[in-house]
Amino acid sequence: MTTKQDKKGVSRRSVLKGAAATAGAALGSGAITGFPTIWAQNIKDVTLRQFGTGVSNLNDVAQKVKEDLGFTLEMTALDSDSVTQRAATQPDSFDIADIEYWICKKVWPTGNLQAMDTSKIANYDKIVGIFKSGKLTPESVIAQGTAPHSVGFVDGPDGTTFAKEETGWMTLIPTIYNADTLGIRPDLIGRPIESWTELLNPEFKGKASILDISSIGIMDMAMVCEAMGEIAYGDKGNMTREEIDKTIAIFTEAKKNGQFRAFWKTFDESVNLMASGEVVIQSMWSPAITAVKSRGIQCVYQPLKEGYRSWGGGIGLSKSLSGLELDAAYEYINWYLSGWVGGYLMRQGYYSAVPETSKEFMSENEWGYWFEGKEATDVITSPTGDKLAEAGETRDGGSFYDRMGAVACWNAVMDENQYMVRKWNEFIAA
Amino acid sequence: MPAPTTKRQSHGLSNALSGWLMSLPLALILFFFLLLPIVTIVIVSFWGATEYSIYPAFQFDNYEFLLTSPVTYQVFLNTIKYAVIAWAATLLIGFTIAYFLAFHVRSLVWQIALFLLCTIPFWTSNIIRMISWIPFLGRNGIANSTLIDLGIIDQPLEWLLYSDFAVILAFVHLYTLFMVVPIFNTMMRIDKSLLEAAYDNGATGFQTLTNVIIPLTKPGIMIGSIFVITLVMGDFITVRFMSGSQKANVGRLISNDIGLLQYPSACATAVILLMTVLLVIAVMLHFVDIRKEL
Repeated sequence: MTTKQDKKGVSRRSVLKGAAATAGAALGSGAITGFPTIWAQNIKDVTLRQFGTGVSNLNDVAQKVKEDLGFTLEMTALDSDSVTQRAATQPDSFDIADIEYWICKKVWPTGNLQAMDTSKIANYDKIVGIFKSGKLTPESVIAQGTAPHSVGFVDGPDGTTFAKEETGWMTLIPTIYNADTLGIRPDLIGRPIESWTELLNPEFKGKASILDISSIGIMDMAMVCEAMGEIAYGDKGNMTREEIDKTIAIFTEAKKNGQFRAFWKTFDESVNLMASGEVVIQSMWSPAITAVKSRGIQCVYQPLKEGYRSWGGGIGLSKSLSGLELDAAYEYINWYLSGWVGGYLMRQGYYSAVPETSKEFMSENEWGYWFEGKEATDVITSPTGDKLAEAGETRDGGSFYDRMGAVACWNAVMDENQYMVRKWNEFIAA
Repeated sequence: MPAPTTKRQSHGLSNALSGWLMSLPLALILFFFLLLPIVTIVIVSFWGATEYSIYPAFQFDNYEFLLTSPVTYQVFLNTIKYAVIAWAATLLIGFTIAYFLAFHVRSLVWQIALFLLCTIPFWTSNIIRMISWIPFLGRNGIANSTLIDLGIIDQPLEWLLYSDFAVILAFVHLYTLFMVVPIFNTMMRIDKSLLEAAYDNGATGFQTLTNVIIPLTKPGIMIGSIFVITLVMGDFITVRFMSGSQKANVGRLISNDIGLLQYPSACATAVILLMTVLLVIAVMLHFVDIRKEL
């Protein structure tokens, strides 16, 4: 190829032409089809400011947006407390909020976000049922907690209260979700683990951990207490004060007996605790398991009989977005659901809101392994090239329907949230 | 340098005015960056908070919750425990190092060289020095595997990491230099002839230490103590990392509140902590008049 290169080198003009051709080719190739294209010249000047938690705020996405859509996407990654705070208090500091559904429940009443017209979302019909009717399959039972569909719709463009069913006005466009469970070190435990109760099993005294993020940690605690038969919750996602007291009391006692080696707050802490063998069983997130595995250490995202604690995230639009920026934002959302990002996220172990489109961006082997729960026919690698699984391995927990069909509870924000937070603080300090 | 002998020229300003002007920059800095923030903290400590916002009010809820919760007292006790133990350990180690540098090392060049050696770890970040203890002290860490290899223990020592021991170890490691520097400084200013006089009068080494050196180093000891105690009492990150989030001090209460957007509650805790620290320092200054001694 080098011999063909023009002696003058690559001129600015030819680069621009090339870029235009690539963009045109991408449009024509059907890679990104089915949404109204506002291919105005000045869209290149548009900059959209997106912020959210680290999971989906990926620089690769911003780069691809620039390539495919032409405008600039600025990403800011924050922890979930800061995300909530910013969405609630600084509406002018962002255009697109990448938040979790339980955060949406807290933030929507502030009026800082605007509802989205689903008729402008090309792949709306293909979005999985969890985010629309709340049911994965028509037979599914809706799990406890802040289920995404329950805060996913409002009555109209200016609606402030959540609607019970699909209305055509969405609060967040779902982007990413997963089913969480406990991570274990099978090599150090040496026997099957089947229930959430094992987290407080004295056998693992000094070798267990739980995450120190109150809104998520309390749910893991509730899964354990319920599995132990100690507490029967009305709704784990919306506990009463007595339920909170009882739950925290059980865990405080366990803490005082030395059950826990440590608590973790950040992703890398959870990885280090597990990889170093300090902890053999703990609350964990899917990519943390991947990170431990990529160091050559056995680690399993253990499916448990009581089910998963699930979470979902989506992107919402700032109230102040209008005109060209708003058009660009819709274009971004349509692009987001059109497959490339979905494929990227699914190859990390998350799920995409529109799996069908993501399939086109995954190899048959990858689709089989990540989505269908089949044996890998070849080595599975992450989008960044790390080896995650050998041929012949299957995903912990199986297929999409096995995993998302067994959700017991969604991450939630409770009515008694402030009380819970104070109790949580006491638990950490006890 | 000889003082200028020429008579000071008048610049048309009265002494009082020029005095005010000269102290103005510092006064402004202290006002905007010390006094104002503290006043803000005190004001906000009476405000109320919802899950995602704070609203102006004048209520005692935050203090009421704080002062009626047994956890608060437990945590303050823990904070003071860390401060006292870390203070005693850094004082012992810091004094010994400073004594060695000041009185045993004879040449100035070596004194400076060894002193600089003490500061080398401080070229890296606080956090890195702290975190590097974690793989060392861990269950399968260097300390445990060495002890097992030497046959001293059969089982790894669990209390090395994620314990009070680990927290205090890190504090001592991080803050001993703050003790060494002021003590070394005051020791260097002790007139050596005083030591000779003590020796000539038949004092033993220990008597010289207790009757001459320690009284004359008191200001240095006090300054170092103030550094260490305020640093330890205000810390939150060392306690979080070294105890694996399992232990709490006041700093962690505040940081948890901030993380959960409960700013008024965090402010109330901060005000109580500030008062506690000021009280401790006031007591300490009661014993030594630093101004007089310097």
